[in-house]
Amino acid sequence: MSWLIAILQTLLFVALAPLLAGWLKWCKCCLQNRKAPSLFQPYRDLIKLTKKQPVVAGHASWLFTIAPYIIFSATVLAATVVPLIAVDLPTSASADVIVMVGFFAFARFFLALAGLDIGTAFGGMGSSREMTISSLAEPAMLMAIFTLTMTASTTNLSVAISHVLNEGLVLRPSFVFALFALMLVAIAETGRVPVDNPVTHLELTMIHEAMILEYSGRHLALIEWASQLKLMLYGVLVANIFFPWGIAETFSLQTLGLGLLVILGKLAVLAIFLAVSETLVAKMRMFRVQEYLGFAYLLGLLGMLSHIILETSR
Amino acid sequence: MILVLAYGAVLLSFASGLLALMMNQRQILLEFSQYWLKKFPDSYKLGRSVLENSLQEGRYSNVLRHAVFMLLGLSGIFAVLAGLSVMLGREIITDQIGLGLPWLPWHVRFDSLSGFFYLIIGIAVTAVSLYGPGYVHAYDENRHPFAVLGLFTGLFVSGMLLVLLADDAFFFMIAWELMSVASYFLVAFQHENPANRHAAFLYLLMAEVGALAIILGFGVLASFSDGFTFDALREAKLSTTWASIAFVLALLGFGMKAGIVPIHVWLPEAHPVAPSHISALMSGVMLKVALYGLIRFCYDLIDTVHWQWGGVVLIIAGTVSALGGILYAMMQTNLKRLLAYSSVENIGIIFMVLGLSMIFMANGHPQLAALGLLAALFHAFNHALFKNLLFLGAGIIQHQTRELNIEIMGGLIKRMPHTSKLFLIGCMSISSLPLFNGFVSEWLAFQTALQVDVLDNGVLRSLIPVSAAALALTAALAAACFVNVFGMIFLGQPRSRHSEKAYEVEDKGMLAGSALLAGLCFFIGIFPGVIIHLINSVAGQLLGQTLPNDSAFGWLWLAPVSAEQASYSPPLVLIAALIAAGISFWYLRRNPATVMRRAEPWDCGFGGLTPRMQYSSRAFTMPLRRIFAKAWIIDERIGKDMQGAMNQDVAAIHYQLQIQDHSWPRLYQPIAQGINKLAKQVGRIQTGNIRVYLGYSFVTLLFMLWVIS
Repeated sequence: MSWLIAILQTLLFVALAPLLAGWLKWCKCCLQNRKAPSLFQPYRDLIKLTKKQPVVAGHASWLFTIAPYIIFSATVLAATVVPLIAVDLPTSASADVIVMVGFFAFARFFLALAGLDIGTAFGGMGSSREMTISSLAEPAMLMAIFTLTMTASTTNLSVAISHVLNEGLVLRPSFVFALFALMLVAIAETGRVPVDNPVTHLELTMIHEAMILEYSGRHLALIEWASQLKLMLYGVLVANIFFPWGIAETFSLQTLGLGLLVILGKLAVLAIFLAVSETLVAKMRMFRVQEYLGFAYLLGLLGMLSHIILETSR
Repeated sequence: MILVLAYGAVLLSFASGLLALMMNQRQILLEFSQYWLKKFPDSYKLGRSVLENSLQEGRYSNVLRHAVFMLLGLSGIFAVLAGLSVMLGREIITDQIGLGLPWLPWHVRFDSLSGFFYLIIGIAVTAVSLYGPGYVHAYDENRHPFAVLGLFTGLFVSGMLLVLLADDAFFFMIAWELMSVASYFLVAFQHENPANRHAAFLYLLMAEVGALAIILGFGVLASFSDGFTFDALREAKLSTTWASIAFVLALLGFGMKAGIVPIHVWLPEAHPVAPSHISALMSGVMLKVALYGLIRFCYDLIDTVHWQWGGVVLIIAGTVSALGGILYAMMQTNLKRLLAYSSVENIGIIFMVLGLSMIFMANGHPQLAALGLLAALFHAFNHALFKNLLFLGAGIIQHQTRELNIEIMGGLIKRMPHTSKLFLIGCMSISSLPLFNGFVSEWLAFQTALQVDVLDNGVLRSLIPVSAAALALTAALAAACFVNVFGMIFLGQPRSRHSEKAYEVEDKGMLAGSALLAGLCFFIGIFPGVIIHLINSVAGQLLGQTLPNDSAFGWLWLAPVSAEQASYSPPLVLIAALIAAGISFWYLRRNPATVMRRAEPWDCGFGGLTPRMQYSSRAFTMPLRRIFAKAWIIDERIGKDMQGAMNQDVAAIHYQLQIQDHSWPRLYQPIAQGINKLAKQVGRIQTGNIRVYLGYSFVTLLFMLWVIS
């Protein structure tokens, strides 16, 4: 039973990710006085892409054609770890939050290699920038996560979320710091404004798009889907770690349904926040990202220190 | 029986060295065999024909080369068996050999710790012996005689194995010196190049300074005990000050060999100039022997007094080495130099986790200390596997392209399909990606660091998470570094004629050696429980404490502290990954109408992509070079050639980049200058006048008489 729910949850993750992207786009359009596409436009795009014949550069190697599948599967694996509608699922025990970060690293490794494979300047540029930003983001992310894991004394996400749930509403200064750190990292890792701009193809600003410039057809669909999934994963992480209320702790139809509704609401609100910030903030220069991520790291560190100094009773 | 295997490994490697000496003695062997056949004319026909065949002029060197490496491989297999059996049996075997000075027999002790490092050496030597014959084939016999290479390889391996067996300080130092000096000759093997001689001398110098520090460390212990056997040293009761001095000396000595920042400078000089299979052994294995020395010294010989601050020192030194190592590695364009710096990084990680383990031990948490030791030893094992693999891969690439500069390679993934796959596995392991072995030890390191809540000291509790974040940064930078390496060498379009014309290596052995290591990287990544079970016996003997969940979860799960706290199941993850990839692959490719079409890549409408338009390694690392600019001494020059009327058109742009290690101008040059100054001062008393020298002798004599009376 619990395995079934785990599989269903993962499928739900995969299925809902384009919807979140559509909702985000819809919010942004409304804020920017543009006519919004349908909420289901990302699904249509994905279907269209899977039906198209992919065009691959003449001298692309096997790595280029296999990379989208690896990227997609690694991201799906990361999704199995994160509790979406229910905690205490068996899949969350097979890998903890550090492994989840590892899955992202896995996907990124192949994405960067694929960017280098064709040998165009754009691909190399994207790979170089992506690896730079991610290597700065990873310590900040782990710092924020360590704060959580030390509070709950576990790296298992499901157990950690149950711990936060059981403690009730306690205002922890460390969590406030960690929340902001994680949000900053999430924006950098998912390639949103102000670190990267997913809607442009301008050579000076591209990071993620530069790497996947040579992809088309089903390959592009997989990569797009994976990045939508990644956005949703970070959203769920923020929502469920810091505001876990509503997530199902028992497996009855009612609680699960409630869990689904609640997480959809939380994600919708988060997306609105993201849309507002993307509308208000301009993309920053590449070499200011280090300051941004340094700030995120500092927040994570402050969270950790306030946990150690203020919250551990000794 | 186990001891026979262990001795057998040493003797076989020694024998392989001696056999290599026969390279130039074909004539003597020929005469001997003729004499033998005359004397026993009715010996086996088969043996006779084999003997005659192998002594033929054209074949002899090839046969001998294979025989030497076969002996070396046997030695490796023996070492693996000995190590495995002593760890599985959880025994401690002691013995004495009547060699050396008559009143000082060599004491031998073979326990789980030695056995674990025996296993590491054994695997590496086996892989190298598969790889070796094909690789050394390319050397010109007149300029680079195989006899020298083979002899010192054998001595080097037997020296390393003997270090692990030693149970008294004398024997330990003899074996240690055998290892150091033999490897010096291997580094200096291609001595016609002055840079290589310089590197070899630097290596020898630092190895000997390190050895002095180790001798002094043993000396401190010995002065508090009655004898030089390790048993006596264990009994020594030291004051805290003396224990700290001994610890610092050992850290200096073993750290110099292991290559922690800032005493790492010999590593990036020596590793690139040695033959690739030797650099694989030096980087993958010899550094581990230094690690063994440190663990033996700190965990076994000294009392526990120094552990708290010793652990802090190790954590700081390890963090600095890890970050410094990977940052320096990233800026290298010589592949083997890059790998050498990356060894500094990995040794740093190991030291850091070892420091954690010491701190937990000092604070009375032996179980967490065992976890730290486990993570450190596991990472040492993994590093031996993937660093060997990468060095062997670098050797193949050098063999096929005659190049080590990654800036002028490219596109080799199509020219060398097998090598590229093996190298990719190495890159993924070292970047600690899930499903491969590097990730498991890194995961264990994080789990150890996250247990800091049990400590009472607030400073430590905030220092350790920061170092864990540094570990995260290191891992991420390592991934960036190896994306760069793999991308520049294997992906894109060839940047030089050599890599355009390169082809896959023909020698099956070279691929088999690498494939063995790559297979182990993957296997250990999926079933880490196998190795953890073995290391547990080491922890049991050293700390008297093993991990509780060793058998509770079995091979499927990894749950170092408790299942509640953290668990990781690589086999399940692998299955899930295969399912996810399989479904997407099958679903998307079901329609034959949408098979891929090949076309020209998009070139912005300007036409004609050339290999020079690709990102180079320098360009790839440029953002990080700007962000961490303080970490290096960067000398960047852009020159322009002008032409045309008024000299205003730019004809060509030259870009020069020199990146140097901070440790040279900051640490070594002042030391060298100081020594020179001191020598000049000493030179003053050497007047060259015989009367003054007689005066010195007289004063010395008087002084001695006064001392004696």
